[in-house]
Amino acid sequence: MAMNLQGIWAIYRYEIQRTKRTALQSVVSPVVSTSLYFVVFGGAIGSRIPEIDGVPYGAFIVPGLLMLTLMMQSLSNASFAIYFPKFIGTIFEMLSAPVSFYEIVIGYVGAAATKTLLLGAIILLTAWCFVPLRIEHPVVMLLFLVLTAISFSLFGFLIGIWADNFEKLQVIPLLVVTPMVFLGGSFYSIDMLPEFWQTVSLFNPVLYLISGFRWSFYGIADVNVWISLGAIVVFLGLCLTATWWIFKTGYRIKK
Amino acid sequence: MFALSLADAKVAGGLGLIECDEPPMCRLLPHDPSAKPAVTDPIISIQGLTKTYDSGFEALKGIDLDIREGEIFALLGPNGAGKTTLISIICGIVNPSAGRVSVGGHDIVRDYRKSRSMIGLVPQELATDAFETPLATCRYSRGLFGRKPDAAHIEKTLKQLSLWDKRDGMIMALSGGMKRRLMIAKALSHEPRVLFLDEPTAGVDVELRKDMWTLVEGLRRDGVTIILTTHYIEEAEAMADRVGVINHGDLILVEEKDTLMQKLGQKQMLLDLTEPLAAIPARFADLGLELADNGSRLIYTYDTRAERTGITSLLSDLRDEGIRFRDLTTKQSSLEEIFVSLVQEG
Repeated sequence: MAMNLQGIWAIYRYEIQRTKRTALQSVVSPVVSTSLYFVVFGGAIGSRIPEIDGVPYGAFIVPGLLMLTLMMQSLSNASFAIYFPKFIGTIFEMLSAPVSFYEIVIGYVGAAATKTLLLGAIILLTAWCFVPLRIEHPVVMLLFLVLTAISFSLFGFLIGIWADNFEKLQVIPLLVVTPMVFLGGSFYSIDMLPEFWQTVSLFNPVLYLISGFRWSFYGIADVNVWISLGAIVVFLGLCLTATWWIFKTGYRIKK
Repeated sequence: MFALSLADAKVAGGLGLIECDEPPMCRLLPHDPSAKPAVTDPIISIQGLTKTYDSGFEALKGIDLDIREGEIFALLGPNGAGKTTLISIICGIVNPSAGRVSVGGHDIVRDYRKSRSMIGLVPQELATDAFETPLATCRYSRGLFGRKPDAAHIEKTLKQLSLWDKRDGMIMALSGGMKRRLMIAKALSHEPRVLFLDEPTAGVDVELRKDMWTLVEGLRRDGVTIILTTHYIEEAEAMADRVGVINHGDLILVEEKDTLMQKLGQKQMLLDLTEPLAAIPARFADLGLELADNGSRLIYTYDTRAERTGITSLLSDLRDEGIRFRDLTTKQSSLEEIFVSLVQEG
């Protein structure tokens, strides 16, 4: 057995089935809440806010909001997916099965990323109904979508491994990632900030993702798109390294 | 030859204490002897296995053990003795500190894919995803162990365990006994050659326990090697071919169950007296006789291994003394009594 493809597929399919079972919570809910942003900021308030770099405000915030949903959903999908078996004790089966840790990661992260991409597609289509959108660089947009979905799903998986209670499962997404997304230029261009805060914002890694993602839509960015791509690749590399270390040591998995 | 079936044995002896009228011929026959496996190469080989947890607790202290293919091996031991740690290491859930384990000739670390694909594990806790269906969770288990989908096998397994009718319902709606059977169905989904049952009947009712025994016997007939940990000594006594006793991380004994009972079992002859005795006559002082039931029962304990059991001379002396009895029975030490004595010694 060179690679346990059946095992990967079993984990992947199990997770996709779980999403189907919880569609209201895992698909409908984030689509509705993101759409409310489009309605309020795009339709109601957005029409009274001047364009930013020639882009209507309602359209300007779409990449940032999309990125916010992608990150949060990737984190919650993957972290819960691995935390839940730990919590209810079914993880024993996976640990006793002939699957390598990398196959487990591929199964879980692949499923979480798939769900996130599906959600991203639905939200994008919904946004089209409320605000005037254009995508100037669709390939780069797809690349950002896929890299963000994978890297944040991986990050979520690591949180799920690390967490030993439900509170910890929520701490990083709510107290670290959400503020970073809101302060990372989701709703504004950093040019609108005083110079000091522009410099501070450059230390926020999420800024690079949102900036690069917005560039793929409108060709405008706070930082160079290649730097943005480099940032997400570095983040992915860090997550992979942490995953490798966890599996090498059995941290919080094996005694 | 006078032999008792398992059902008879339970009726007669409760915890497997068999009483009968022809002592030398009495024995407990838990299963058809013809079904016993031939001695073959071990399917599981454990050498010098130790486990020390980060806390410093030494759970296993150099275990050496071979499990033969096709046998039912009962691992007995008190709480915290190391039973679950031993199983968890073999199954890959816990890392060993030192030593080697191979399953079917495959090292559990180097060749973990091959070794684990041969093993099915039924843990002590009922750990299932409450929102899944039995059918889906069995398919999942099969896939996880690298086996291609086989609807016929899953159907057969669920039917064997009387779960087929419940296949599309939520697991949360199953009773405790059904969940226990589902854990077994999951473990059998990938057709393992070795099945670990960690306390399979803990907290289940008598009827389900009997069903479980029948199931285990059926699995053995199909050639599955079964390693069973249990607190219920009657379970080991009824099912096992061999018994291992573990205590404080040491495997203090491994023996054929029948041999163990013969070797370590003391036998008692019980005489129900016609007239109660106030005290044991002085001439019997050296024989270690005991009086019970207000002097109406005389108990003589003897060693089955001894060349002379002393039964004939005792009966003759009793007659000379004018002590008459209306009934005579014998009983052999149960595995539980043997186990308790071993653990206390250890």
